[in-house]
Amino acid sequence: MGVSITNFSRSGLSDWLIQRFTAVVMALYTVFIVGYILSTPGLDYSQWKEFFECTGVRIFTLLALISVVAHAWIGMWIISTDYIKPAVLRFAFQATCFLTMFVFLVWGIDIIWGL
Amino acid sequence: MNENRPVNLDLSKFSFPFPALVSITHRIAGVILFVGTIFLLCALQDSLESAESFAAIKNSMTTGFGSFITWGLLSALAYHFVAGIKHLVMDLGIGEELKSAQIAASLVVVISGVLIVLAGVWVWA
Repeated sequence: MGVSITNFSRSGLSDWLIQRFTAVVMALYTVFIVGYILSTPGLDYSQWKEFFECTGVRIFTLLALISVVAHAWIGMWIISTDYIKPAVLRFAFQATCFLTMFVFLVWGIDIIWGL
Repeated sequence: MNENRPVNLDLSKFSFPFPALVSITHRIAGVILFVGTIFLLCALQDSLESAESFAAIKNSMTTGFGSFITWGLLSALAYHFVAGIKHLVMDLGIGEELKSAQIAASLVVVISGVLIVLAGVWVWA
């Protein structure tokens, strides 16, 4: 095993903890959203928009989005260090992942709060 | 430094035990979900824009090729969710022995299989 010099938090233990915490947040959010859709038969636009106008729903959605980005970063970083041996390719892959996640975050905030 | 360390393990020549296959599928599902986030954000954006775009995205997510993307992402989500819960349970020290690990891996396949079928019913029924 090499020394992890490029992971975001620079500590395997905090990566481990962040991965679990964000997983629980996303699991709860998934149950919340799927539960809402299943318990609202014939869901239409006005109900859906009203739902996302709730501050609580927006905060939970933003929390879930931040969790997606953090969780995906740690996951993709681990995958890149496990399977991509050439350093240049690995760095390019990680940089692409990072940029994609940055776009997800800004785009998502715009969707949630820019209504 | 020890020069006899094993290096460059060739994964393609390994014979993987069942729990290892469950684990690699968890990783693959995770990558699918990362890429799929693009579709989810597009869908969320359209669904909140106007009544017309809500109807349009609902239609494209539940018919034709789009319905397979919806089902595929729901399937990846179901699998990653269930396999992730197995991870959390194993963090508690449960399912770490050979026998219990095999049972846990089987449970992941069975439970996520049921959820994937139910997701198909949800999308197409």
